[in-house]
Amino acid sequence: MDLYEYQGKELFRRFGIPVSEGRLAETPEEALAAADELGGPVVVKAQVLTGGRGKAGGVKLAETPEDAEAKASDILGLDIKGHVVRRLWIEKASDIAKEYYLSIAFDRGAKQPLFMFTTQGGVEIEQVAEENPDALVRLHVDPLEGFQPWVARRLIYGAGVDDPNEQKQIASIVEKLYRAFVESDAMLTEINPLIVTPEGEVKALDSKFTVDDNALFRHPDIAEMRDTEAADPLETFAREKLDGDVGICGNGAGLSMSTVDVVAHVGGRPANFCDLGGGGDAEGVVDALEVITRDPQVKSIFFNIFGGITRCDEVARGILAALDRLDMSAYPIVVRLDGTNAEAGRRILAEAGKPNIYPEATMLEGARKAVELAKK
Amino acid sequence: MAIIVDNDTRLVVQGLTGSEGRFHGLRNRAYGTNVVAGVTPGKGGQDVEGIPVFDTVAEAVSEAGANTSLVFVPARFAVDAVYEAVDAGIGTVIAITEHVPAHEMLRAYPYFRGKGVTMIGPNCPGVLSPGKANVGIIPAEIFSEGSIGLVSRSGTLTYQIGHELTQLGLGNSTIVGIGGDPVVGSSFIDVLERFEADDETDLVVMVGEIGGDEEEKAAGFVQERMSKPVLSYIAGFSAPPGKTMGHAGAIISGSSGTAQAKKEALEACGIEVGTTPTEVAQMVAERAGARA
Repeated sequence: MDLYEYQGKELFRRFGIPVSEGRLAETPEEALAAADELGGPVVVKAQVLTGGRGKAGGVKLAETPEDAEAKASDILGLDIKGHVVRRLWIEKASDIAKEYYLSIAFDRGAKQPLFMFTTQGGVEIEQVAEENPDALVRLHVDPLEGFQPWVARRLIYGAGVDDPNEQKQIASIVEKLYRAFVESDAMLTEINPLIVTPEGEVKALDSKFTVDDNALFRHPDIAEMRDTEAADPLETFAREKLDGDVGICGNGAGLSMSTVDVVAHVGGRPANFCDLGGGGDAEGVVDALEVITRDPQVKSIFFNIFGGITRCDEVARGILAALDRLDMSAYPIVVRLDGTNAEAGRRILAEAGKPNIYPEATMLEGARKAVELAKK
Repeated sequence: MAIIVDNDTRLVVQGLTGSEGRFHGLRNRAYGTNVVAGVTPGKGGQDVEGIPVFDTVAEAVSEAGANTSLVFVPARFAVDAVYEAVDAGIGTVIAITEHVPAHEMLRAYPYFRGKGVTMIGPNCPGVLSPGKANVGIIPAEIFSEGSIGLVSRSGTLTYQIGHELTQLGLGNSTIVGIGGDPVVGSSFIDVLERFEADDETDLVVMVGEIGGDEEEKAAGFVQERMSKPVLSYIAGFSAPPGKTMGHAGAIISGSSGTAQAKKEALEACGIEVGTTPTEVAQMVAERAGARA
C-alpha cells in the first residue's frame, strides 16, 4: 500500500523525523484557511500516488493565503499521469541550502534492508545512480543485527557530509527512518529531498512510503489511511487494463500473464489482465465478469483455468451464476478448464447448455477461439 | 533420487485440521506420500482419518518421526510455525500459506539458512516428485515420472507447463514451486544446484516471470556451474510497463525486469527461452529427444 506524502510525513513525525508543519485541504477555501493558520509563505502540494508532480504543475509556492487559494484551485482537479488531484498538502515553505537523498528499500535479492544515501538529492535518484554512482552510498543491514550506530556513520562519512551539526542530525534521522521502516512493515521509505536549511536544520521535505499489504493487520492506523475513492475498481480488480477486445480471466498471476501473452501471440488484442487469485470461488468469478464487462471494448471473454487450490467446478458454477445475474448474452465466453475437478466443471457447463459458452481443451486453442470470436 | 521430497519423506502437516490442510493433506497421502502426523495446538490426541494430531511439532518428530513439514497455518501465525518446525529439528519446511508479512520472512531467512534447513515458499504450490511424494497443492495427476526437473515462481503456470510436457510424453523428476513472495526460502539457484546434483534429472525447465532479477542471477549460475541443459519460459511479454516500487526499487537490481530483458539475459547465458508454454514444451521435447 502506497501512502500519500502527507500520510508518510505523519508517520515520519510519529517516529521523530523532522518535517514542516502543514495542513490537508480538499477545497480552495480550506487551502486559504490552512495558509492563514500556518502564516507566511506556503507550498501547495498535490497529493497523488505518482511521481513527477512538480513538472506537471502540481507543486506551487504561495506568498499569501489568497495566493494559496488561487494556486489550490489551479491544482485541484489536475490530471497527473491519470491521477486526479483531490487533496492538497499545504505546508510552511522552507528555505533550502542543500538537498540530500535518503531511503531504505526492501531488497528482495539480498533479502536485507538497503540504505541509500547521497548528498546529490532533489533529482531523480536513478540519474545519480547512473551518472555518478560513487556519490550514492549503498549499505545493507543484517535484519538480525538490526540498526547499529555505525550504519549511520558509514552513510554519513561515505557520502562526505563533514559538518558536525549536519552529521548529528542525519545520524538521528537515519536511525529513526530504520525504526519507521521495520516497525511499520515498510517495503520502501524514501526522503527526497532531505534538506538542510540555511540555518543548518535538516528535515524531510517529501516522503515516499510503501507498507506491506500483508502486514496491515498489525497496523490498523495505517490500514485506515487507504484512500478507497482513489482506487480505480477496474484497476484493482482487473489488475491491469490493456487496450484490446479479448477479456481475460486466469487463476494465479503467472498463468494469467501467460494467457495475455498467448492471446497476443495468436494475433489477438488482450483487453485486461485479470487474476482470480488462488481461491477463485464462484462469487469471485461473478465479480470478475462484472468488472470485465464494464469495459465497452470487450467483445469476447476467455477463461483460462488450471485448478490447483482453485476448483474448476466452482469456477463453472460462478460463470453460470454470472450468466443468471448479469446480461452476458452479447459476450461469447471461451472456457478452458484443467486440473482440480476439471471433469466436474466441464460437465456442469455442458449440462447448462448455454449457447454463448464455448469449451476448449487447451490454452492455445482457447486463445485462438476467443480471438476469432472477438473479430466477429 | 529426485530432490527435496521422495520415498524417505515423513511428513507432518502443520494446520492439518483446517479445511485446506485437511483437503490437501489427505490428497498428499492418497498420492502415496508418507503423512505421519498433523499439528494443531489444542487438538493433540485427535486424528484426521487415521493421521495422529499433536499439539507441537516436537511431538510429531519424537512420536511419529516426522522429517519434513508442510505449513498450512494462517498467514499471521505461519512464520511462527516455520520457526517451530526448524527448532523441532525438521530438515525441510514447505510453506503453502499466502499473505505472509515480508519483514517476518526477512528475519526468519538467515535463521533457518544458518541451521541448514531447506525451506520452500511461502506462497507456493509445494513440491512433487512424481511416483514418490507430493507435498503441497500441486495436482499430481497431470504430471508423470521422468527426468525433467521443473522449477517455477508461479503455481498455476507450473501446472500449465507440466501439462504441456505430459501431453508430449515427457515426465518429471521433481516439480518445485518456489513461490513469488519478496522473500522465499529457496531461490532458483538453490533448486538448480540440487537438480544439477540429482542423478534422476537430465534437463531442467525454469519458469519465470517479469519483475526482479532472480532469473538473470540464475542464468549466470547455469552458465558457470551447471552441466545439464536448462530451458526457460518467462511470463509477461505483453505486460504494460509495470509499477515500480518508487525510485529506489528500480535501481537496486540494475535490471529492468521486463520479459524481453530477461529473455535476452538468459539467451546470452546459453538458455533457450520459449515465448509460450506450448513452445517451451516443444523445445524441451526436441532437446530431450536429442539426448535420448
